[in-house]
Amino acid sequence: MAMVEVAGATKRFAPDAAPAVDDVSFAIRSGCITGLVGPDGAGKTTLVRLMLGLLAADSGMITVAGHDVAAEPEPVRTLAGYMPQRFGLYEDLTVQENLSLYADLGGVVGDERRARLERLLRFTDLARFTDRLTGALSGGMKQKLGLACALIRTPQLLLLDEPSVGVDPISRRELWRMVKELVSEGLAVVWSTAYLDEAELCDDVLLLDRGRLLFQGPPQDLTRRTEGRTFRLAGVEHGRRSVLARALERDDIVDGVIQGRSVRLVFAAGRRPEPEAAAALAPEAAGAALAPTPPRFEDAFVDMLGGGPGGRSALAEAMQPVGSSDEAAIEARHLVKRFGGFTAVDDVSFTIRRGEIFGFLGPNGAGKSTTFKMLCGLLQPTSGTARVSGIDLRTSPAQARRRLGYMAQKFSLYGDLSVRQNLAFFAGVYGLSGRRRRERTRLMIEIFGLGPYLSASAGTLPLGIKQRLALACAVLHEPAVLFLDEPTSGVDPITRREFWTHINGMVEKGTTIMVTTHFMDEAEYCDRIALIYRGREIATGSPDDLKRQVRTAAVPEPTLEDAFIALVRAFDARTAEAA
Amino acid sequence: MGARIAALVVKELLAILRDPRGRAVLIVPPVVQLVVFAFAATLEVKNVALGVLDRDRGPWASELVSRFEGSPTFGTVFRLASVADIRRVIDSQQAIAVLHIPPGFSADIAAGRPTDLQLVLDGRRSNAAQIVQGYVARIVQALNAHIAAGRGVSGPPSALVTRSWFNPNLEYQWFTVPSLIGTIGLLIGISVTALSVARERELGTFDQLLVSPLTSMEILAGKTVPSLLVGLFHGTLYLLIATFAFGIPFTGSVALLYGSFAIYLAAVIGIGLFISTLARTQQQAFLGAFVFAAPAILLSGFATPVENMPEWLQTATLVNPLRHFLVIVNGLFTKDMPLETVAPSAWPLAVIALVTMSLAAWLFRRRLG
Repeated sequence: MAMVEVAGATKRFAPDAAPAVDDVSFAIRSGCITGLVGPDGAGKTTLVRLMLGLLAADSGMITVAGHDVAAEPEPVRTLAGYMPQRFGLYEDLTVQENLSLYADLGGVVGDERRARLERLLRFTDLARFTDRLTGALSGGMKQKLGLACALIRTPQLLLLDEPSVGVDPISRRELWRMVKELVSEGLAVVWSTAYLDEAELCDDVLLLDRGRLLFQGPPQDLTRRTEGRTFRLAGVEHGRRSVLARALERDDIVDGVIQGRSVRLVFAAGRRPEPEAAAALAPEAAGAALAPTPPRFEDAFVDMLGGGPGGRSALAEAMQPVGSSDEAAIEARHLVKRFGGFTAVDDVSFTIRRGEIFGFLGPNGAGKSTTFKMLCGLLQPTSGTARVSGIDLRTSPAQARRRLGYMAQKFSLYGDLSVRQNLAFFAGVYGLSGRRRRERTRLMIEIFGLGPYLSASAGTLPLGIKQRLALACAVLHEPAVLFLDEPTSGVDPITRREFWTHINGMVEKGTTIMVTTHFMDEAEYCDRIALIYRGREIATGSPDDLKRQVRTAAVPEPTLEDAFIALVRAFDARTAEAA
Repeated sequence: MGARIAALVVKELLAILRDPRGRAVLIVPPVVQLVVFAFAATLEVKNVALGVLDRDRGPWASELVSRFEGSPTFGTVFRLASVADIRRVIDSQQAIAVLHIPPGFSADIAAGRPTDLQLVLDGRRSNAAQIVQGYVARIVQALNAHIAAGRGVSGPPSALVTRSWFNPNLEYQWFTVPSLIGTIGLLIGISVTALSVARERELGTFDQLLVSPLTSMEILAGKTVPSLLVGLFHGTLYLLIATFAFGIPFTGSVALLYGSFAIYLAAVIGIGLFISTLARTQQQAFLGAFVFAAPAILLSGFATPVENMPEWLQTATLVNPLRHFLVIVNGLFTKDMPLETVAPSAWPLAVIALVTMSLAAWLFRRRLG
């Protein structure tokens, strides 16, 4: 019997608004992981809250273990465990106090409680941290504690709302391992996520987009759609960005992304590459070769939505090439940052050349954001120097900042201001005036298609448009260096491709990009990646270099995530040996 | 530099005006203040109880008591039997004051000899008691004048006539409404500035400002000017309401008022910015603003005369910008205070502004480190 049955559920938050969940029907089985997959704003959280009876559906019927959620929410709440997006933990309490609180709330007492807590602490490997304040835990540990709190009453249904957001690959794998163990005991688990690669790990997938259910079933069923149409174009390292841009303009190719030194392409249904396709796609590269590669869930999703955007970036085309001198765009020399007795960044040095995409990868709390902040002037280093375009951030910060653009992870424009007012504000702050100001503003509105939204408050825009506006505001003043802090987390794959098309185009014109990310897809676009761990730069190289470093007989084709995990583990082993 | 600050100022004003909560901050506190202070929170004393211990029982004593009974100030006038009763009625708050008429009062008057009256006041209710004392003195003096006139003499040469200059009818609104220019300036200045940096920090837009070419001084200026404009707008509004709706005469120099008001607002905004740089969230900023604003209004002389506070507290009020500004605004409204008299209250405001602004700027930079 299905644990959850949803029939025709619809939910609107305002009578005239588009429905957050639109006539959705599905069933969730016990003993398997059901992935609730879709970009931000697709309706994942609303659906989870509907299943728990925390929201009432406008129409449709939802039953959990045979109980109608609307009529009898009580039994549903006793048999369901829920882990909300923002942890739902009390940050000022210790790990033990949080667990005790949830045990009290759940009425778990006596011997049962003692046994249960002991088991959960062992299961989550948190026994060593029981006295630590929850606020001081890393993102991954918080998620594990959240999971333990949700499991305290031995639920039959476990709902996890974006458990992998802000969690590094290592903790993410552990979380998956733990959930798989639970499923083998017969639990029904709903795992909601914006990461499409996680869909492949689920037994069943519910693919949501703008409140509608696009697909349900085993992920392989969807992935099969693009079987035989996915290829990797290798040997195009130097011109790969323009190769991709040209490929995306062809009508036999529906989607493409950069993957390290190669370009990954999805051909349109019924279109097979001709024998000389590699040469046609990359006429400048002598050694270009096209080889089949296994399809991914994301390929199928993009294909289903009608393919990705084209490869041309009007933004880059309107750009003057940025100077061709060989001087370093960003230079970090012996950067150190201490907070009291804690060394967050310990002697980090690197040089980023003009026209390079440089990525920062690392677990949470490793010092990645701290380094990033020192490079764009948000933090003063304790010692060492940071230069942008040869200008020292410490001695002439305002001058250096004039040359850099910044786009934060969270949408950080003024939500109460209209699109036009936001553009006017950033133009003013960056000292644009007269004709140049009018020209640049007009260009941004045209390139990013902001015309219809000019007088709408920025906070009310759809996520994809917000993303465009944020990029428009960051590049309005034509920065030589662009800082991106997890720029596409949570956005749908189409918007992400559009974004990277602009970035790739700008890089071809000489703009330098510095990006931090948890997203392996994003990391693949980088020319070089620095892996930051425990405040130190433990590995630097191109994505392919990093993968090559960890290649073994057991894992002949490691992914970037495999490389990340292996390099961090190797570093831990080395330090353990030294100690 | 000017263009960058202008962009910030425009952004700041738009953010306040386009946000429904921002608009509420601009409209609700002023309206509440106007209603509460101008109409509800009367500083006038009416309908109080007065005890009378008449040990004279002569005609002049009766005359005096009937004059008290006829006054609208005293709702009830009741008689006491003995001196011991005085303590009892004051302690149990049955009367705010007791008038003690000694034996031989009428006889002394008839003989033309000077005589005494004793007034016992409840010092626990110091404000009201002070006002009651004033009323009692006026009634006694009126009787004095009457006695003198009855004798056909030009009145006792020693008769002391207290007159409330500048506000001859003691209309409390002449004091409260001009004071509102100061209190509203305080509330608006603090809430707008204290919340603005904290809000940007919460929304993540603050980082966006910090990576732009704006310097800390420009950001501070960009935060100060909008609050100053909003404060000046409210001040003007209240000035107009005071003179046209309440008919309070403005006797002083408008230029002096605006000049000192701007300095006062700068002092308040400096404190707001200081709170803002300390607070990490809007909630902290709000608490900080409240912790400052509530005592600042209570200890400004608006609700309680500063002279009635203990010595040490009077010294402490010197750092309160509202205390200094109330002297100026009331002086300018009713007394046509000249520059020489305004200056002693204006320079402490300038010092407070300078200190808080520098502190805010310093903390601001330190927070980046």
